[in-house]
Amino acid sequence: MAAEGKIDPMHQFVIEPIFGSFGHNNPFVFTNSALWTLIVLGTIWLFMWGGMKRELIPGRWQIAVEGLISFVDDMVNVSIGPEGKKFLPWVFTAFVFLLFANLIGNMPFGIVAPAHPFTITAQFTFTGVMSLITFAIVLGVGFWKHGLHFLSLFVPKDAPFVFKIVIAPIELISFLVRPFSLGLRPFIAMFAGHVLLDVFGNFVVQALNSHSAGGIGITILSLLFIMFVSMIELLVAAIQAYVFAILTSLYIGEAINLH
Amino acid sequence: MDVASAKLIGAGLAAIGVGAAAAGVGYVFGSFLNSAIRNPAASDGQQGRLYIGFAAAELLGLMAFAVAMLILFAF
Repeated sequence: MAAEGKIDPMHQFVIEPIFGSFGHNNPFVFTNSALWTLIVLGTIWLFMWGGMKRELIPGRWQIAVEGLISFVDDMVNVSIGPEGKKFLPWVFTAFVFLLFANLIGNMPFGIVAPAHPFTITAQFTFTGVMSLITFAIVLGVGFWKHGLHFLSLFVPKDAPFVFKIVIAPIELISFLVRPFSLGLRPFIAMFAGHVLLDVFGNFVVQALNSHSAGGIGITILSLLFIMFVSMIELLVAAIQAYVFAILTSLYIGEAINLH
Repeated sequence: MDVASAKLIGAGLAAIGVGAAAAGVGYVFGSFLNSAIRNPAASDGQQGRLYIGFAAAELLGLMAFAVAMLILFAF
């Protein structure tokens, strides 16, 4: 990774096979992406399982799980309304999956030599499919509930006729761009942060290898910057999961209530 | 001008967008604080909109950063 003189921050996003190989059009390959997805899912399963004891006097763990659920429940109720209960499973799934995947992707597992850390949400395949599921729900619910009347979503209600002609195509384009921007946002936040951490980590190695007086200064500055970026990344990990969940519930609420 | 130096200049130009997004994020939080101090009781209900605005402004800066990285490493 830290080859001589050449920084390659893209190497951390490469999907490599662990068992099997990509040759012969083999579709069943256990990759590092699959491994880290299983780790994320196992962590979520453990966390939820530990909190679902249904004790009358909840312990700390149960309070954490119940707090998380009621947090998402409040968000869904505010954005969608009384019908929000039906969509809580998907919004909660998306929120918890993004939160855990982002946080586990930020953990410094690279200290342990064989554990090659891999951030699954830094791949557009994961976040893009999640935003496609959201828009499948939005389109399905909208057309199921309102029929072709759902298309009135693109027309402002109390506007002069000339305005409606101008605004409807703009609204349509903005609606069509949404799945892309919804999936792009968590992906690119994780991607950019990890590239930044990798670049400055390489600065530390190269500055130490230079054995010069200025190298020590660069090392200290880079380490401080890595600490700063790591803290920002933890904040961004939580905020991106929150924003994905709240935008998902806003879009579903728009499809149900039509303005 | 050869391609290698043009790539470096292009990546540097793309990084200007990150600074512009910094101004945007600062504006979002600044105007939130401006109004939250005037009416602290209403500020808690607007936290969701604050983070939506933050995410929208931040996304554009991150995209500028990603474009710089694509110019440098993938092109």
